Amino acid sequence: MTVEDIRKILGAKVLVGEEHLSEEVRSACGSDMMSDVLAYSKDHSVLLTGLCNPQVVRTAEMLDIVCIVFVRGKKPDEAMLQMAAERGIILLSTGHRMFSACGMLYEAGLHGGAI
Amino acid sequence: MDVITFHYTISPDDFTRAGEASSDVKSKLKKMGVTPEAVRKVAIAMYEGEINMVIHAKGGEITVQISTERIEMVLEDVGPGIPDIDLAMQAGYSTAPDAVRSLGFGAGMGLPNMKKYSDEMEIHTVIGEGTTIRMVVNL
Repeated sequence: MTVEDIRKILGAKVLVGEEHLSEEVRSACGSDMMSDVLAYSKDHSVLLTGLCNPQVVRTAEMLDIVCIVFVRGKKPDEAMLQMAAERGIILLSTGHRMFSACGMLYEAGLHGGAI
Repeated sequence: MDVITFHYTISPDDFTRAGEASSDVKSKLKKMGVTPEAVRKVAIAMYEGEINMVIHAKGGEITVQISTERIEMVLEDVGPGIPDIDLAMQAGYSTAPDAVRSLGFGAGMGLPNMKKYSDEMEIHTVIGEGTTIRMVVNL
């Protein structure tokens, strides 16, 4: 699916990267622990997280993550928005909780990928 | 090709900036045409190491050497040292304070991830003096 599909499914707001919404996403990872995210490495993935600090964007950068979805309505600060924009990483924000957001995407056919 | 060397000083207690060196290496390797897989391995291994230097030591020095065959990273700190390396290498074992966990790290995956994403890894540590970690990613 594309990031635009994810945006629609989660009713998410685009914070950064409106111009990249047609990018394809093949797998997803949901975690607030960045080291767990770093242990997971798949191409063209989306990260769902409730953590909101610059290291989330940094982690996404290291893994070439296409898009970060902040759950529970978390709002990144200006510095994070700028970091993501510079790196071409899309930031979305949804009011759904982590479990629900992951479930909605899973149901729509986006899976975690083989471990 | 000659060996290309990059050197970084990691500043202590600046969690916001942690990862800048890894980010810089990643973009340099990309521009040099290193394969995406090798770039990703180096980026993740070095980033975990850089985070560790900020969390556990008082910053340190990172030297990255790139040749046609390999990328070598040497991370040196003057931190407290690692009392039990086998224990520290176990996935899930962490001595990081709660403040670090609330920032998304300290899950006890740092060293295991560094080993996972590098082709060679050596740890030299002296209690009270510091730790030097050498990692190699083959090209």
